[in-house]
Amino acid sequence: MVTTTFLLYVSFLPACSMICLGIEGTAHSIGIGIIDDQQGTCTIRSNLIKIYRPEKGGIHPREAANHHALHLADILKASLQQAKVRSSEIDLIAFSRGPGLGPCLRTAATAARALSLSLEKPLIGVNHCVAHLEIGRGTIPECTDPVLLYTSGANTQVIAFAEGRYRVFGETLDIGIGNCLDKFGRSQDMEFPCGPKIEQLARQGTQYFDLPYSIKGMDVAFSGLLTAAEHYARQKRRIEDICYSIQETAFAALTEVTERAMAHTEKHEVLLGGGVASNARLQGMVETMATERGARFFVPAKNLCVDNGAMIAWLGVLMHKSGVRMSIKESIIDQRFRTDMVEVTWRD
Amino acid sequence: MTSRRVLYRGAEAEIQLTDHMERPAVQKKRIKKTYRIKQIDDRLIAARTKEEAKLIAEARMHGVSVPIIYDIDIEQGIITMEYLNGKRVKDIFNSLTQEGRRKLCEHIGESIARLHNHDIIHGDITTSNMILLDDRVHFIDFGLGEKNGELEAKGVDLHVLMEAIASTHSRYACCFNYVLDGYKNELHDDAAAVVKKIEEIVKRGRYR
Repeated sequence: MVTTTFLLYVSFLPACSMICLGIEGTAHSIGIGIIDDQQGTCTIRSNLIKIYRPEKGGIHPREAANHHALHLADILKASLQQAKVRSSEIDLIAFSRGPGLGPCLRTAATAARALSLSLEKPLIGVNHCVAHLEIGRGTIPECTDPVLLYTSGANTQVIAFAEGRYRVFGETLDIGIGNCLDKFGRSQDMEFPCGPKIEQLARQGTQYFDLPYSIKGMDVAFSGLLTAAEHYARQKRRIEDICYSIQETAFAALTEVTERAMAHTEKHEVLLGGGVASNARLQGMVETMATERGARFFVPAKNLCVDNGAMIAWLGVLMHKSGVRMSIKESIIDQRFRTDMVEVTWRD
Repeated sequence: MTSRRVLYRGAEAEIQLTDHMERPAVQKKRIKKTYRIKQIDDRLIAARTKEEAKLIAEARMHGVSVPIIYDIDIEQGIITMEYLNGKRVKDIFNSLTQEGRRKLCEHIGESIARLHNHDIIHGDITTSNMILLDDRVHFIDFGLGEKNGELEAKGVDLHVLMEAIASTHSRYACCFNYVLDGYKNELHDDAAAVVKKIEEIVKRGRYR
């Protein structure tokens, strides 16, 4: 009886299918995603995220890690339920190896190792930034060789595939754009994450205040802009106008470096990723730039832009299929895991 | 001015082949960007056109090979300059002999030092912005340049090139050291301080 059911189930699955569970835990979010790889296309079965929101101030790494540990078991259960997958059907466990906050990374990695050992399934640690790019390629079929503008709290990078690796063509020289928005928002008593609130206020902005527009080559910097914006706020200028000026200036600089990277690498696709990619104004600017260049513009679904487990799972599948294997001993986390440290074995 | 042909369409500007007083010339026209609001776009185009023309003229005075400027139109964002019919360093870099690459890099370093001796910061030193003509490397596109005497600015200027070589010519990333050799020979100030600054900038990047 049992054997029959098993055979029936397998015959329904297409060839080369692989189910992977991915755990994301680099910073404020703990996420578990379950995905199904069907001949190179990523199907998302579930993708649950829980965000740690500090009552006051920024992320406290240890408290964020405690938050993750507290919610992991529940998210795991809910994820399996939503995906309609039994734990025994999972073929691979992936987790975010870095870059990120040590305590958070260790919490996610510990959970992944425990799952791997108890289910007796292979374990694979992946680079969080590369995962942001690959989930775009995996879920948008027309997106094949993009320049990624990856904008989140900690990270602001312009990444593209060149000479066998994902290379960082431009990045922030000081703080991430999300961090810049959060810092400004916090100074105005907004709640974390402040980006959505700033976006909302900016829509009512009408007057532009000059702010530093800082580009060095393909790199950007935001600390001067932040200082100037806070200065305008202290002068009691209209908050809507300040938010509008911040967005217009910072996003124009980001769009400009992305365009420079596209021209430099001679690529004709642009992809957005990271939490700030949900911002409609940023999307609009990059899309306009792409259209004017005759390039294609892509943005993944919102829950795939933010930190999530599905993107970790998908990169895990790509690496596993290309032959990458990792023992528990090798699965040590790396807080400073740079994008260009990853040997890309799954692309030509 | 007669026929025009777009030679290159970059991220920021369009380079058109034209002629000026019966000489072949190029026009660099900064393209209006509709993704950014007019206040920002106008400010950037005017400031960058003016600054770029000034820096190119000054670089030439200090013995760095650059195109000769014929005319500028700040409001329209147009610089008309000499046409350099050479090869982009980006396109030939990987195919040189190791010795040729060393010499080229030293020469590049010397030129950068001459710029820095007079506080000229190029702002975007990449191999796409260098044209090899008559055995001399000509620097183009000073669009992100500035006059700045600070160690920080000089460090960042060289760091941009270091990253450009590492990403575009990754097999020859170590050639940046030849650039530094040339730079040290030509710089009036202590080059060690600039090199130390570059190391500091590298460490400042995320996850170093």
